[in-house]
Amino acid sequence: MDSIFFGRRALLAGGAGLAAAAAGRGAAAQGAPIRIGELNSYSRMAAFCIPYRNAMQMAAEQINAAGGVMGGRRLEFIFRDDGATPGDAVRVAEELLTRENVSFIAGTFLSNVGLAVADFANQRKRLFFATEPLSDAITMAQGNRYTWRLRPSTFMQTRMLVEAARGRTQKRWAIVAPNYEYGQSAAANFKRLIGGAIPGAEIIAEQYPALGRVDAGATVGALAQARPDAIFNVLFGPDLTAFVREGNTRGLFERRFVLSLLTGEPEYMIPLGDETPEGWVVTGYPWEQVEGAEHRAFVEAYRARFNDTPRKGSLLGYVTVQVLANMLNRANSLDNEVLVDTLRDLRTETVVGNVTMRGIDQQGSMGTWVGETTQRNGQGTMRNARYADGADYMFPEEEVRAARRA
Amino acid sequence: MSVEFSFLLVQALSGLASASSLFIIASGLTLVFGVTRIVNFAHGSFYMLGAYVAVSIVPWLLQIERSPTLFFVGVLISACVVGVLGVVMEILLLRRIYKVPELFQLLATFGVVLMVQDAVLYFWGPLDIAGPRAPGLRHGVMILDQRFPAYELFLIAAGPVVLGLLWLLMHKTRFGILLRAATRDRDMVGALGVNQALLFTGTLFLGAFLAGLGGALQIPRVSASAQMDLSIITEAFVVTVIGGMGSIGGAFLAALLIGQLQAFGVLIFPKITLVLVFLLMALVLVVKPWGLLGRPESTAGHTALPEGIMQPRGFAAAEKLLLLLAVLAAASVPIFGDTYTIKVATEVLIFALAAFSLNFLVGNGGIVSFGHAAYFGLGAYASGLLVTKLGMPMEPALIAAPLAGGFFAALFGFFIVRLQGIYLAMLTLAFAQIAYAVCFQWVEVTGGDNGIVGVWPSTWAASRSAYHYIVLVAAMAGILALRHVIYAPFGASLRAARDSAQRAEAIGIDVRTHRWLGFTIAGAAAGLAGGLYAFSKGSIDPTLLGIPLSVDFLAMILLGGMQTVMGPVLGAAAFHSIKDIFMPLTDHWRFLLGASIIALVLIFPRGLGGAYAALRARFSGGAP
Amino acid sequence: MTLLIVENLNKNFGGVVAARNVSFSLVAGEILAMIGPNGAGKSTSFNMVGGQLRPDSGRVLLAGQDITGLPPRAICRLGVGRSFQVAQTFLSMSVLENLQMALIAYAGRTRDMLARSSALFRDEALGLLNQVGMAEAAARPMGALAYGDVKRVELAIALSGAPRLLLMDEPTAGMAPAERAALMRLVADIARRAAIGVLFTEHDMDAVFAHADRILVLVRGEIIAAGTPEEVRANPEVQRVYLGTSGLRAALRARAAAHG
Repeated sequence: MDSIFFGRRALLAGGAGLAAAAAGRGAAAQGAPIRIGELNSYSRMAAFCIPYRNAMQMAAEQINAAGGVMGGRRLEFIFRDDGATPGDAVRVAEELLTRENVSFIAGTFLSNVGLAVADFANQRKRLFFATEPLSDAITMAQGNRYTWRLRPSTFMQTRMLVEAARGRTQKRWAIVAPNYEYGQSAAANFKRLIGGAIPGAEIIAEQYPALGRVDAGATVGALAQARPDAIFNVLFGPDLTAFVREGNTRGLFERRFVLSLLTGEPEYMIPLGDETPEGWVVTGYPWEQVEGAEHRAFVEAYRARFNDTPRKGSLLGYVTVQVLANMLNRANSLDNEVLVDTLRDLRTETVVGNVTMRGIDQQGSMGTWVGETTQRNGQGTMRNARYADGADYMFPEEEVRAARRA
Repeated sequence: MSVEFSFLLVQALSGLASASSLFIIASGLTLVFGVTRIVNFAHGSFYMLGAYVAVSIVPWLLQIERSPTLFFVGVLISACVVGVLGVVMEILLLRRIYKVPELFQLLATFGVVLMVQDAVLYFWGPLDIAGPRAPGLRHGVMILDQRFPAYELFLIAAGPVVLGLLWLLMHKTRFGILLRAATRDRDMVGALGVNQALLFTGTLFLGAFLAGLGGALQIPRVSASAQMDLSIITEAFVVTVIGGMGSIGGAFLAALLIGQLQAFGVLIFPKITLVLVFLLMALVLVVKPWGLLGRPESTAGHTALPEGIMQPRGFAAAEKLLLLLAVLAAASVPIFGDTYTIKVATEVLIFALAAFSLNFLVGNGGIVSFGHAAYFGLGAYASGLLVTKLGMPMEPALIAAPLAGGFFAALFGFFIVRLQGIYLAMLTLAFAQIAYAVCFQWVEVTGGDNGIVGVWPSTWAASRSAYHYIVLVAAMAGILALRHVIYAPFGASLRAARDSAQRAEAIGIDVRTHRWLGFTIAGAAAGLAGGLYAFSKGSIDPTLLGIPLSVDFLAMILLGGMQTVMGPVLGAAAFHSIKDIFMPLTDHWRFLLGASIIALVLIFPRGLGGAYAALRARFSGGAP
Repeated sequence: MTLLIVENLNKNFGGVVAARNVSFSLVAGEILAMIGPNGAGKSTSFNMVGGQLRPDSGRVLLAGQDITGLPPRAICRLGVGRSFQVAQTFLSMSVLENLQMALIAYAGRTRDMLARSSALFRDEALGLLNQVGMAEAAARPMGALAYGDVKRVELAIALSGAPRLLLMDEPTAGMAPAERAALMRLVADIARRAAIGVLFTEHDMDAVFAHADRILVLVRGEIIAAGTPEEVRANPEVQRVYLGTSGLRAALRARAAAHG
């Protein structure tokens, strides 16, 4: 799929070539291209970020072939690795703004990187469209005028799961989460919300293994010992695989209800394979079950173009470009102040339906799918999945006002 | 809550299974160190490759027949493949650098780590790959009333079996006896007329084989992922050091200790996972400076030339001119460069100060620190917290940075300077990780791993150019002050203590106190650099104290030449430029960075500064 | 007056007796040799005087002051210079800088961060080098010297603190015979002229009997004989240990080791 020099220049050349080919077909974009700087952890978090970039390029090509934005200008993304550390990312953001003359910046995966770039954007008064970082702080306590986030935050996704558990009878809960901000704040959100969905629910055990270094045996043992009725899991990636295997063998999940964040996303589901547990309630992306012609068209186009199935990252990348294109068309200006004002409560029809960038906390209403895990042909998938619209799970407005005033 | 016996038993068994796995990996590391004295960072990469090769080979074998035999045949084949890769690394790389300083070898193996990370992504793709479970060992075994994985019972047995086989190898074969002899006294083996190259190649095979075996044996438990190398390598180092470098029995003991601590530690402090092993290492080293079963490195009668700054010379006239030009260039960046160039130049200056302070320890004092970023980061946190939490302006906050760096360097250094060599280096790492963990975990104050944003300079210094000048003045002042100390009696005393601690004591120098003071000064300078960095980025977060940044600093002084006084400045500029050129070029910039590090080690085994010194000596007719 | 008094020093290493009731004394200007087969406890006794080892019991008095168990640097400051079996110098420095370093330390200025060390005590350093005949080599790097010259520089370093007592652990080990005699003559000459007491261990019996005023003979941690060279030579027990078949072999082995 990619060569060792999967470079920006090669990408641009490729993109230009495709655009030129498309130009023969119809009304191609003309005029000076609109350059958008995109920085992300392509090296460290390749599993999520490469499908994300693929979809962004695909979306940009489609838009350019159909005539571009702002009355015929081409959309051009300048991709950069953010080094997965805040220090590198802030420098790369500066490079994009000064050297590459991008109009504004987008991207970042890790929360600490996202927050640092957000603060940098605020300092430079340039729009930062935070696509992936989940931290609540980006739109709450540390939110600023120039930073907007699309992906449903930790709070929103936790709330979706907790709502899915409403009406259950399990009262004794155990939490297992990776020992860093995402895990900690997911656990905190869960503790706060679960009582509302299941009256009398209590947390009887918590485990916080180091990210990427779970000692699965000891962790599963400690959780089993507490004899919970249900488990809230925040582990993902290699930690999740190790945890699920150990738990399956030791019978940790037998007769226990499990809520699990992100587990249904293909990025984390594919490695589980035939170990995928049955009946966990998870957030995820069952791409083969989606409805809606546009979404299906996106899935088919992605599969044809990249000879691979779409991931959650792919969907996010595609929707990002749809929202950005809509913003540019509405604003018809590259003045960042105008762009930021345009984003306020901007509604975009995307492949997942309507997405609104809520003005009060600058959070997108893009949702995700909630369903139960199951296996089909030795592969994990979701059943009874439904799209949970993010608009229904956002922070209450008064809470936003309190957090953002501070 | 009552804790029943069956649970404690099973938890202990879980600890034993982890211990076994850890021991198999660490035994290879300790073997390689014992014989070659190379601190092999790439050992974690071999572990990762073992897992990746196994998840590729084993399923293929199991398609022929789902038998336990074929599973383990696959595991052994994977380990052998990795062993061969170890041989390749020895022949292509290590063999060429046995004569260069030990730290340089470490840097070269770190280059290998970077290259392997990207190679794995390239060949196996970014998704984690879960391996097959071992046929016949998929089930759980009832132990009292608890279910325990059969495969982990097998792992519990595997550790002692490997220990036993290694013992037999070491005591009953000629190769093993040579290994032991070489571990005790490397020169003696050369004197005995043993083919040293062959012995080293064999050692690397065995070491990489054990790492690969450790990785391959994990596939029924964890999925192969591109991050597993760095997560294991620190833990393997900790086991090796706690046990005593070069001691296989010590590694076994240390692995047992860590396994049990981990298994029961999480019951009492669920969040201790981040720091537990480093706390243990710090504790062990403070009490037993050579690890549990290690023996003191025989430094008595050691008369080799020290690695580091030799007779520091003053600047020649041409060099003064060069220096003036460099300062002028740095000063004129805001006039001719765009804001991005200014930003990069500012960062180079900051890193130059940090690297210079590290070389003050390593090159001048012979005190190798693997955790210098701790003082850099603590300086940054001191400034950042004062600005954001107490609302102080930039100026006093910047003064607090060196104070904080110096304070913590004094605190940690008090214990650190009591040790020597690799143990000292590992204790610096342990303290750095403890400091990192505190910044990471103390969310209320430090903002946890998200860090704290809003650390921006005062209004008058807010523009990129103004801040650049502040950094230029502060970094230059710091560097020149440290340089002055190197030439002063105190700097000479540190060199004296490095050359011969015994002689230094015998002429009346209090070696420990001098090294402690030196450590504190270097920490303060690093703290200042950290404070400057915080205001240039606008944010602080725990990566500023992390191992990767410490390794970057080491790379800078080694590339620049740790035996030259001004080399680290050159190294900081070169290293930062390499990163800056490659990062925008390709996703696989780590591969290129690793390859350039290795190329530089091979081409300039004494760093850029060393190459310059050699050049200068040649043109000035060999004058000293 | 008596410069050094050693009283009943004892030292065990894990049950092995390395020194048992070692007692002796030394006056200013006197040259005292300590001999004995390998493992007799010479180095142990020596290092207990120099501060490198702490005795289990017993006392060491320097000019009446108890220095038992003091660290080497403190003992050095009280006027004790020493050389090591394998010469210990600062290999990264020039010969002159080695001496300057020693003089800086003697002056208590090692924490000075302002002065330039290369400008300090140049003349004094050259004077000391002159004393040992190494002034011409002042600018050479220490690492480039022949071993005999290294030993001479080490002697100059030991003298830089104007010591009252010089401790020399096998001063001629690893040197050619002609160099040995010259070095021992130099030591004896300096000691007599400056009234410095010298305590040394040595395997080379020619050097011992030619230059020592008195000799101590240690066997298995105990002093079995003490006296002038003539007295020691005549002592039957020494003859048994040194000249008996087993003793001879030990002495030969020791010499071979000293040359190896």
